[in-house]
Amino acid sequence: MSARLSRRLARLAAERRKALVTFVMAGDPDSATCLEYVRKLPAAGADIIELGMPFTDPMADGPAVQAAGLRALAAGMTLDRTLDLVARFRKEDDDTPIVLMGYYNPIHRRGGKAFAQSASKAGIDGLILVDLPPEEADELLPDLRAAEIDLIRLATPTTDAKRLPAVLNGSSGFVYYVSITGTTGAAVPEVAPVGAQVARIKAATRLPVMVGFGIRDAARAEAIARVADGAVVGTALVQAIERAGADKAAAVSGITALVRELAKGVARASA
Amino acid sequence: MAAPNSFRIGPDERGHFGRFGGRFVAETLMPLILELEKAYARAKADPAFHAELGRYMTHYVGRPSPLYHAERITRHCGGAKVYFKRDELNHTGAHKINNCMGQILLAQRMGKTRIIAETGAGQHGVATATVAALFGMPCVIYMGEVDIERQKPNVFRMKLLGAEVRAVTSGSRTLKDAMNEALRDWVTNVADTYYIIGTVAGPHPYPAMVRDFQAVIGKEAREQMMQAEGRLPDTLVACIGGGSNAMGLFHEFLDEPSVRIHGVEAAGLGLDSGKTAASLSRGQPGVLHGNRTYLLQDADGQIDEAHSISAGLDYPGIGPEHSWLHEVGRVEYVSATDQEALDAFQLCSRLEGIIPALEPAHALAHVLKIAPKLPKPHIVLMNLCGRGDKDVFTVAEALGRKL
Repeated sequence: MSARLSRRLARLAAERRKALVTFVMAGDPDSATCLEYVRKLPAAGADIIELGMPFTDPMADGPAVQAAGLRALAAGMTLDRTLDLVARFRKEDDDTPIVLMGYYNPIHRRGGKAFAQSASKAGIDGLILVDLPPEEADELLPDLRAAEIDLIRLATPTTDAKRLPAVLNGSSGFVYYVSITGTTGAAVPEVAPVGAQVARIKAATRLPVMVGFGIRDAARAEAIARVADGAVVGTALVQAIERAGADKAAAVSGITALVRELAKGVARASA
Repeated sequence: MAAPNSFRIGPDERGHFGRFGGRFVAETLMPLILELEKAYARAKADPAFHAELGRYMTHYVGRPSPLYHAERITRHCGGAKVYFKRDELNHTGAHKINNCMGQILLAQRMGKTRIIAETGAGQHGVATATVAALFGMPCVIYMGEVDIERQKPNVFRMKLLGAEVRAVTSGSRTLKDAMNEALRDWVTNVADTYYIIGTVAGPHPYPAMVRDFQAVIGKEAREQMMQAEGRLPDTLVACIGGGSNAMGLFHEFLDEPSVRIHGVEAAGLGLDSGKTAASLSRGQPGVLHGNRTYLLQDADGQIDEAHSISAGLDYPGIGPEHSWLHEVGRVEYVSATDQEALDAFQLCSRLEGIIPALEPAHALAHVLKIAPKLPKPHIVLMNLCGRGDKDVFTVAEALGRKL
């Protein structure tokens, strides 16, 4: 269990605050610009940072996150550079938890143990792997545990009551509830069914439940955060990078302004 | 690695062939994958399912496909006796329909109302569109933009059959990207949609299920060879992209120690040209599209783009059972280049009056290499898994002719 992540989650609970979890793609549009805006995310209101690991074949992502990954790869992003980006962020911020999110193959290629050790050293707190379901996770879990990295599991609208224990077994940190059946940014979730699903998950675990996929603005973040422990926003943020194009300063200011807006929405849900 | 008692017992209950295979999919799909596994197990144990499938195989697909002694190729090689298993004579012109027929019956049993598929050469897309038309189900086929360009006849065939062909513009715009897009569709429409995967890859139970539906090729070939020659073949040869026609032929013979088995990957411009599709020869184990298998990838685990003149072999992975058979040494995996396949394509057309697809032209290229060196009584059985009508534009372009 990551000390940084558990401290942050405990503090949010003690202060009765909902979490804003921000997803950005490591190295998008390039490593230096990415580090610049990631450094500004905590002050803008991000409680937890999810950092996408670029992959050539992101099967569960919509067009915006696919494009973000391709921008990062084209700019030369690698797993080592992603870890280096986190290590540099950690020199200034040792409190904000960082969760890597992506696909299994780059980690498989590196080897679970080697990855877990270097990720822990860089200051990574958690890992979300879209294509590593509980049925296959045993091969990675011991290495992550030894390195005190949380394997954060995804629950979805199709995860029924019978299956939920298998998903929760071995998960730590928080549970990521995927609000829609579909790819990232594809549709806008309805609040009522999400609330019902979150309640069902919370009845089965003491872990906080963060909800993501399709949350695009402050109003939706507020509405979702009211029925969960936090809201995850990704597609809307990487689209701010896309819109900025070659203007690096606009990318940084655009994304921080958007995070500040989102944070206000989530704060309203906490009140 | 110690040889197992049987090469035909896999996969285990988690869908693993040794360390390969498995179920590496998004959580949204997991419950459906588990449901599919149960539904397939029930169908597999149900004589009514097999009776219905058998009827369609006989009267609609046109099975059994002939076993043909290719006399002029044999004479040309001057060595081993060469037989073709004529799966290019099936309805729709390739082995792909064997699998589609089985899966659409399963989709119906599961109450699914919409069909999706990926396609490379378009053969699987055409076969899927065909069975969808036969059963009156709406059908969406994902196909890379590059493949749409080089397989125009098949694109139009799919449209004639009532399918919607969606062009995939992401990544290398070929088969792997079509599969990504089909998976994105499936994760979005998980409740009503059945995904007919076209090869022995993807999450469990697909590799085993597609193999089982294709195994009819090897079962027929064994019987036919016993009738023709009174004995088993000595060497089997089949081309491999994902590897479904090869698994279909090989599976029946895996536990026959006298039978040598050769799988032929597409070397593209050459194994070390950087423009190849030979996943076993030039890949490393990795995880993509739901299974662990050999993949063309870089040192950072990013998937490389494959290259082959044959759209059906242009894929950076291979079915997990092949990866396992490679590692335990039961099947020998070799390769043939674009040029060798083109030469074999033309030779077969002129000598046998059979225009093969570019995919089995790779298998034939290998036969042409080994048969001259083998003694006359040696029997080589090659799976001629598709016909070449769809490839005439590609071949004309490669030969510098304008149509």
